[in-house]
Amino acid sequence: MISGSSMSSLSGEALTDNRGWLPDKLIPRNCAIRLILTILLILLAAASIWGIFQIPYTAIQNAVFSAFLAGIACSTIGVFVVLLHMPFIGVCMSHAAFAGALLGLWLGFNPLIVAFGFCLLAAAIVGPLADRGQLNPDTSLGVIFSLMLGLAFLFMGLMPGTKSGALDLLWGNILTNRLSDVILLAVVTSVVVGVVVVFYKEIQATVFNRQMAAAVGIASTVILYGVLFLTGATITASLQSVGGLLIFSLILNPAAAAYQLTYSMKRMFILSAVFGVLSGWMGLLFSYLLDIPSGATIVITSSLIFLVALIFSPKRKVKGWRQEVAPDNV
Amino acid sequence: MPCEVADGVAIDIHNAVVSYREDIALRGVSLNVRCGEFVGIVGPNGAGKTTILTIVNGMGKLLSGDVRVLSESVGRGNGHSLRKRVGYVAQVENIDPRMPMNVREVVMIGRYGLLGLLKRPRARDWDVVDEMIELVGMSHLADRPIGHLSGGEQQRVSIARCLAQEPRILLLDEPTASLDWRAQSEILELVKLIHNTSHLTTLFVTHDLGCLPVACERVVLMKDGLIWDEGAPHELLTDEKLSALYDMPIWAVQKRREEAALALA
Repeated sequence: MISGSSMSSLSGEALTDNRGWLPDKLIPRNCAIRLILTILLILLAAASIWGIFQIPYTAIQNAVFSAFLAGIACSTIGVFVVLLHMPFIGVCMSHAAFAGALLGLWLGFNPLIVAFGFCLLAAAIVGPLADRGQLNPDTSLGVIFSLMLGLAFLFMGLMPGTKSGALDLLWGNILTNRLSDVILLAVVTSVVVGVVVVFYKEIQATVFNRQMAAAVGIASTVILYGVLFLTGATITASLQSVGGLLIFSLILNPAAAAYQLTYSMKRMFILSAVFGVLSGWMGLLFSYLLDIPSGATIVITSSLIFLVALIFSPKRKVKGWRQEVAPDNV
Repeated sequence: MPCEVADGVAIDIHNAVVSYREDIALRGVSLNVRCGEFVGIVGPNGAGKTTILTIVNGMGKLLSGDVRVLSESVGRGNGHSLRKRVGYVAQVENIDPRMPMNVREVVMIGRYGLLGLLKRPRARDWDVVDEMIELVGMSHLADRPIGHLSGGEQQRVSIARCLAQEPRILLLDEPTASLDWRAQSEILELVKLIHNTSHLTTLFVTHDLGCLPVACERVVLMKDGLIWDEGAPHELLTDEKLSALYDMPIWAVQKRREEAALALA
């Protein structure tokens, strides 16, 4: 990476140099402002964590942490979903999780374990369809998606007594999260982020072109199924906070917004996580202030972020972008 | 450098049979390629040309037969290690113009297999990448998003990515398909240049005779999953043979070749 940054600064095209976390166009490299900004951000994060612990209600503390963690995990998974062009897989898996959780509730098992099982089942059906590539998987995905939704409502109908638990799984209630939910989310988020960091180059090659990644000797099939597994884990862990019907928006919207804004995959991961956390926290705030379900506010906030990103996207005018970067080459 | 094999045989395919679902793609094909040789594989669509390449780099599954590449028997388990030493360039594919990858990053993917798990690219890797981008004449576009390039430019990047792998064998699968005339001849010139300077063992698949590089020493004609004939290009590429290979009357073949000659002149 070191020679990479020196090379591009030599060629004078610092704008497309994408190895830093801040765009070089806004703030030049090796600049004191960069350092100060980093320190300020760390201080701000430390202060807000300290601030959260000053809140007397643990429910709100748990909700703030859950929103933070779910925002990061879902939006990171979203980057895969967007770059692999398989949004329907996420939809299928989140509905499978919802159906699984309801089955668990009905039969008296731990709903999250059944949800995870259903997620993996959906991935096992959908994965090979997507992997083969030449076959358009939309039809089979549609069948599985509607089947899962049908099963979910069947289990809900069969369930005796009050259905408030089921409704929480449907649209999520982040304010009822317990410490165990937060810990589960923290574990899943760490695994997701850790896998992305450790296997970054294999992941980058696989999402760019699976056949090509395989042709240079990367186990792209293993990476693909690993991603599907992590998707299942993320959906399961976030089910309680965001809800089975709405979780897919938190996966897709931040990543889709980041996709509009950058030509660097690293920056896309970071931006997506920032948007995810922002959606979670702002959604939580609206939910608290207006006393409406948190899943709905989180999803609507993330959609608004996507809309804003779309409006300001430099990618909508590819020609204009080209001229801006390298006028001598056009 | 090109091969490092004791007996000088880079690829040895013996009686290979491959089948996809109900269709048989190869029905007992044997082919022997020496180190540093440039072999053109010509035939109509569906003749099994691409399938030959996939069994050489271990992506295709053999039903029966035996394939040895660089003195190693291709089978379960060594596909990944083999593919690190075999470069593969496919046809131009549509790349999303918004794809967040630039040319240098795409070329670097070629080195990822060699680097192995948990290793990050070092300065030397970026040097090799820049060298290969220079070789294919893409230095001025090195920091462009990959999706913004034209088909010909993308194919140059694919070749650079393949060379960044420092392969022992180069497999080119219709690299000029769906390119315009100028881009086609530029890619062919590039392939010729690479072969002349590095003497890489090269298999070049095409259905279009006008797209066979001059460097080609031997031609293999394929039809219906079988090797139909092989020999030196000037002996094989006659109007009679081609008319039988493509099931076209002789006058039609002659007309096509005259048009091709005019186009290349």
